[in-house]
Amino acid sequence: MSDKSFSPKILGFLCNWCCYAAADAAGVSRFQYPPNLRTVRVMCTGRVDPSFILKGFLEGADAIFTGG
Amino acid sequence: MITNADFLALEGNPGNFTAKLNIRPRYIDADLCTACGLCTQYCPKHHVDPYNEGLSITRPIHIDYAQAVPATYYIDPSSCMYIQHETCQICVPVCQSHAIDFSQKPETRELTIGAVILSPGFGKIAPETLEKYNYGKHPDVVTAFEFERMTNASGPFLGEIKCFSDGRHPKSIAFIQCVGSRDLGCDNGYCSSVCCMYAIKEALVTKEHDPEVDITIYYMDIRTQGKDFDAARERAEAIGVKFIRAKVADVTPWENHLKLTYSTFDGQHKFDSHDMVVLSVGLESPKDAKGIAKATDIELNKYDFCQTETFSPLQTSQEGIIVAGAFQGPKDIPESGTQSSGAATLASIILKNQRGKGTESKEYPEEITVSDDEDVRIGVFVCHCGINVSSVVDCPEVAKDAGKMDNVTYYTESLYACSQDAQEQIKQTIKDQKLNRVVIAACSPRTHEPLFQETLKDAGLNRNLFEMVNIRDHCSWVHANEPEAATDKSKDLVRMGVSKAARIQPLPEQTVPVIPKALILGGGIAGMTVALSLADQGFESVLVEKSSSIGGNLQNLKNTLAGETVASFLKNLTMKVTKSPKIDVVTDAALTQSSGFIGNFNSIIESGKEKKKEQSVDHGVIVIATGGHEHRPDLYQLGKSKKVVTQKELETKLAGRAKNRAPNSIVMIQCAGSRGEDLNYCSKVCCNHAMKNILKIKEINPESQIIVLYRDIRTYGFAEDAYLDARKKGVVFIPYEVDRKPVVSTQGTKVQVDFFDSIMQEDVSMTPDLVTLSVGLVPDGTEELSKMLKLPVTSNGFFLEAHVKLRPVEAAVDGIYLCGLAHAPKPIEETIVQAQAAAAKAAIPLVKGFVTVDPIVSSVEQDDCIGCGLCTSLCPYGAIIMEKVGKKRKAKTISASCKACGICASHCPTFAISMGGFTNEQLISQIEAFGNKTVEEKVEA
Repeated sequence: MSDKSFSPKILGFLCNWCCYAAADAAGVSRFQYPPNLRTVRVMCTGRVDPSFILKGFLEGADAIFTGG
Repeated sequence: MITNADFLALEGNPGNFTAKLNIRPRYIDADLCTACGLCTQYCPKHHVDPYNEGLSITRPIHIDYAQAVPATYYIDPSSCMYIQHETCQICVPVCQSHAIDFSQKPETRELTIGAVILSPGFGKIAPETLEKYNYGKHPDVVTAFEFERMTNASGPFLGEIKCFSDGRHPKSIAFIQCVGSRDLGCDNGYCSSVCCMYAIKEALVTKEHDPEVDITIYYMDIRTQGKDFDAARERAEAIGVKFIRAKVADVTPWENHLKLTYSTFDGQHKFDSHDMVVLSVGLESPKDAKGIAKATDIELNKYDFCQTETFSPLQTSQEGIIVAGAFQGPKDIPESGTQSSGAATLASIILKNQRGKGTESKEYPEEITVSDDEDVRIGVFVCHCGINVSSVVDCPEVAKDAGKMDNVTYYTESLYACSQDAQEQIKQTIKDQKLNRVVIAACSPRTHEPLFQETLKDAGLNRNLFEMVNIRDHCSWVHANEPEAATDKSKDLVRMGVSKAARIQPLPEQTVPVIPKALILGGGIAGMTVALSLADQGFESVLVEKSSSIGGNLQNLKNTLAGETVASFLKNLTMKVTKSPKIDVVTDAALTQSSGFIGNFNSIIESGKEKKKEQSVDHGVIVIATGGHEHRPDLYQLGKSKKVVTQKELETKLAGRAKNRAPNSIVMIQCAGSRGEDLNYCSKVCCNHAMKNILKIKEINPESQIIVLYRDIRTYGFAEDAYLDARKKGVVFIPYEVDRKPVVSTQGTKVQVDFFDSIMQEDVSMTPDLVTLSVGLVPDGTEELSKMLKLPVTSNGFFLEAHVKLRPVEAAVDGIYLCGLAHAPKPIEETIVQAQAAAAKAAIPLVKGFVTVDPIVSSVEQDDCIGCGLCTSLCPYGAIIMEKVGKKRKAKTISASCKACGICASHCPTFAISMGGFTNEQLISQIEAFGNKTVEEKVEA
């Protein structure tokens, strides 16, 4: 697979108080970024059980992003 | 909240004022504006953006910044083409919610109020003051405020730092301190208190952007006197920021650089070139200070800031008129926040009889029971947000796709789901379609979840049967050029939201009653101020003092720097405290045990000198005001020679009658044992204390020769006047370096001081009559208390606040508040304000009478709990305790303290902990929906 055609599926866990807010702010500022991320909002990244990450990979994620 | 308004006049008396306001037209109906921003995109006229310090262009119709409150756009009439020339009006048809209203006129409004709080902030240093640094002439000379916007990632250059002259990235940046502060040239004798710290911050941020950039800060004294601020300076030095103690005389263009001419303390003149010069401009009194003073009849000080007294720092010269923030004197964010809370206490006292009057409580229909065995019926509403979503995302397609998902029984689209009419429609649809879950695909739950949850409650549904999907901020706005990908992403996000929604359950609303009583630890000025502030609002407290009398450190002080007498103030204060029927003073007392949570604490207090007795107190809040004491370092012959004393001892001596109390020759050594020796911090008060004693000595014995050996003189704010006064009176100030500290030795009864005179560049040896040490302050017993109440302390032993900037008087544990020296070293004035602020925060649960618990908190299934205690040890809020159930240890959530972070749930080895609204089942189903694997695929996998 060439680099160009690779469009990864990324699953993100976003902390409500920081990263989710930052993603909102990115929107308000109209910052453009690639549309590869699908997000799950949590109240703190401390909520992210390691099993969620493994589950994400099992479900076909190419990468997992946690922002907190 | 009334914005876009000018305060014109005030009449009446405390408790019954009439304020006259002029409300300028916004030209936008705030009730209709959804802050979608379409108008700004279409407005054809340019408008220099004052929010970005004029560094960027916006439009006359705009919002200052994304987080502005209220989130309503406005039109600046100065550049609007319709208002100026009656043309254009393009915005009117563009606005999908018809919010633009050019018929609005200025309105004069009268308000009947009981108290006034003045918080107009600070003004800008006049441009003439900056001209001598070539500001305004050379494009690469900028103010620190402009530089701040430049470095800001959401600023006009997205954080890219460039020279305006040619667009290159500066490789060398100079910060010049004290521009417009400590500057008699512009009549600003005071120190602005914040510039050293913001220069360091900007230097650190710049280094983060480009570690190679060379940064030099030219300063007179580095005034990082705030809590843990010295650590920031050390950090800056460690990554290569240079600090040069010098006064910059001139900034001139030199090829494509700027040449700085400066003189150092040893009398040398030097030159250096930099690509960019940042002027650390001070804080001026607010522009309309005189107008405010005229309208309210308050007194201003000689710099046009509000005049206040040390013992009543927030009280203006007019009763019922309170001041907070930079108008009271230049200050930073935590100090301003603290003052605002303190001002709230003073206003609450004036208004206490009106409390609760005029409020209305909303009635909701009875909640529909949603049981487990009932079919899940999800309604999906896809919002276009005008064209904010729909111009990129194919909303009908997203809605149609949602309609195919399991459990979705209804789907529709909405132009603005948050508008009044759409809300009514949603309510009706919930009823008509018998929906028991609602998914809204629109903007951010951070801004709109409460609104939609309210709609659910109005329709009789539990507000937690709701899930929000963000297809605007996280989708259409950030993938504006990829409509197909954005539509796909929206579909995925909706599928994940729907999948979670199918598994959400109604959660009960919980409230916990509050015992209307406070426990105050420490009977010094802080504790007494808290007790009185609460008593004046009608709340009882128990004031626990470890010594046999209340008064604390104030008992050792004679007068303030401003000249007020301490004794009479203290006498009056202690009398009020002891006579108050609301305050139970317990002396010779200590807290031995405390348990519980916000609203419901129980504490055991042991008191009495010889015969100890115990009393149990039930209370709703705790205020920690345990104070501190003077540090006595084993340095500079302190305690070994009678001729070496501390500033506190000198103050006592000066207040006495001894003939030689102000001897002819005195050497003072600042930072004795502080800032890297025994104590790793600046104690904030010592420089002012030295000035106070110096001026007293000079008053008694004008001939006395005083030499002050210092590292940085930190007479921040208006105390700078005292520093100037001392120099005018002939006191000699000589800086010393850390690696060349003065040495004090004794020879018989004589005391000798050897030091390097950095001004004359020579070693000096002298035998003064007296050596005075400015020693620091240390907190009292914070270590034990921190263990008992499970509160974090800093590496220096002071209690750590919940947020150093935004929640400066609250502890991390709910219901516990901090003030005074237990929090950080600070002068009397700041201690009083902080105590008033702590009282304001403590009064919130006391006034409400209950604590509302967000239903998304954690809960423990005790049958599954194995009592390992992992959750208890990990919880940052002390919100999980271990209790005995039969013979076994079981975890239990203190709902009132829980912040719903879920750390406990993710670590529980037996999955016994569940988070309301974020259960394992819900999150896993969301992840599965992300994968979107069909049953067959799963089998293959």
